[in-house]
Amino acid sequence: MNVAIIKYNAGNIYSVDYALKRLGVTATVTSDPTLLRQADKVIFPGVGEAGTTMQHLRETGLDLLIPSLKQPVLGICLGMQLLCNHSEEGNVDCLGIFDTEVKQFIAQRHEDKIPHMGWNTISDLKSELFTAEQLDKFVYFVHSYYVPVNAHTVATTDYIQPFSAALCKDNFYATQFHPEKSGSVGEAILSNFLKL
Amino acid sequence: MLAKRIIPCLDIKDGKTVKGVNFVNFRDAGDPIELGTQYSELGADELVYLDITASHEGRKTFTEVVKRVAANISIPFTVGGGINELKDVDRLLNAGADKVSINSSALRNPKLIEEIAQNFGTQVCVVAIDANLENGAWNCYLNGGRVPTERTLFEWAKEAQERGAGEILFTSMTHDGVKTGYANDALASLADLLHIPIIASGGAGAKEHFKDTFTLGKADAALAASVFHFGEINISELKQYLFEQQINIRL
Repeated sequence: MNVAIIKYNAGNIYSVDYALKRLGVTATVTSDPTLLRQADKVIFPGVGEAGTTMQHLRETGLDLLIPSLKQPVLGICLGMQLLCNHSEEGNVDCLGIFDTEVKQFIAQRHEDKIPHMGWNTISDLKSELFTAEQLDKFVYFVHSYYVPVNAHTVATTDYIQPFSAALCKDNFYATQFHPEKSGSVGEAILSNFLKL
Repeated sequence: MLAKRIIPCLDIKDGKTVKGVNFVNFRDAGDPIELGTQYSELGADELVYLDITASHEGRKTFTEVVKRVAANISIPFTVGGGINELKDVDRLLNAGADKVSINSSALRNPKLIEEIAQNFGTQVCVVAIDANLENGAWNCYLNGGRVPTERTLFEWAKEAQERGAGEILFTSMTHDGVKTGYANDALASLADLLHIPIIASGGAGAKEHFKDTFTLGKADAALAASVFHFGEINISELKQYLFEQQINIRL
């Protein structure tokens, strides 16, 4: 299978590559539009800041390429947030696949620490990205911004309030958590994506 | 609900795992990747790898260890030791680390915290603090607990948070290696003072100590080394115990 990982200025792209290797898949890490269009699956990972990353995507033309992809695309963490309409982080317009906003977590009590960092459970699973096996299982999150529950939500997690742990629309899939860092549960989700 | 985290810490010298008792007298405890994989399979939530080699050669060896960890282990890990400038952070993140932990270099140059936060995000920057209780004051130390400073735990932790630390890893030198429990009074005061996660370190000797640091100490995560390395506490049994004690834990 031909899997491409979108290369851009965000950090920790290689941990997705390593996770795929553990599943026996060798991916191409690239920003080449032809290679991205030809891939059977595309992964859009990312750790970073939305404003500067969107600027980078615009400068490289990836802002037009990514929404035009027809094969299954998986956005991870910042990758998921950038597939939404707009982010409060850097107050920036994003790629507009998912018709929803990205908001900043606001603590309601002193104990609400931000970023939401660590292992939390996923519920209300509604996509072929998941099987019943993953219901209420723990996955790894690190984020200060979140996507509210909306029409595209296919998994929810509760932190301060329920938010979107995963989104899906047409060929676009996305997780707020890091499947590549979520042990065997994460590996199962990545392998579900590869089977789409 | 967000789970409390159990974090084994592996001290690495010349590519191998070691652990000090009260920061001296090292004993060998095995291969870092094998040990990390084992911990991950037993249910460790994160790993910390500390490079305790000071030499340039040692640093290259450590970077290779970091690459092997990233390739083989599917849970997050933090690396620390010998991080003095942004390019060290860049090298370790590129090798596949998820977070970096800075200690002496942050005390010497607090601006490093801001630089890491601005360039890589606050979630990447763990500020480790070694402090010892002396006449009622928690005094901070440099160089693995060998060099005293003018700084004290609470004001330094607060400053670190303000500068952009994503987490505080507080090691009580008073409790480290003694195995009578974590510094829960100081940890609870830290939790009341800060709004970022706190990792308790130093003093674990029994399963109850982990429960106490999550309840009395209000810690978000608990780090330990020798009790895990020498098999005194099995991580899987520890997590089962904590679950039965109604601590929110990932099983």
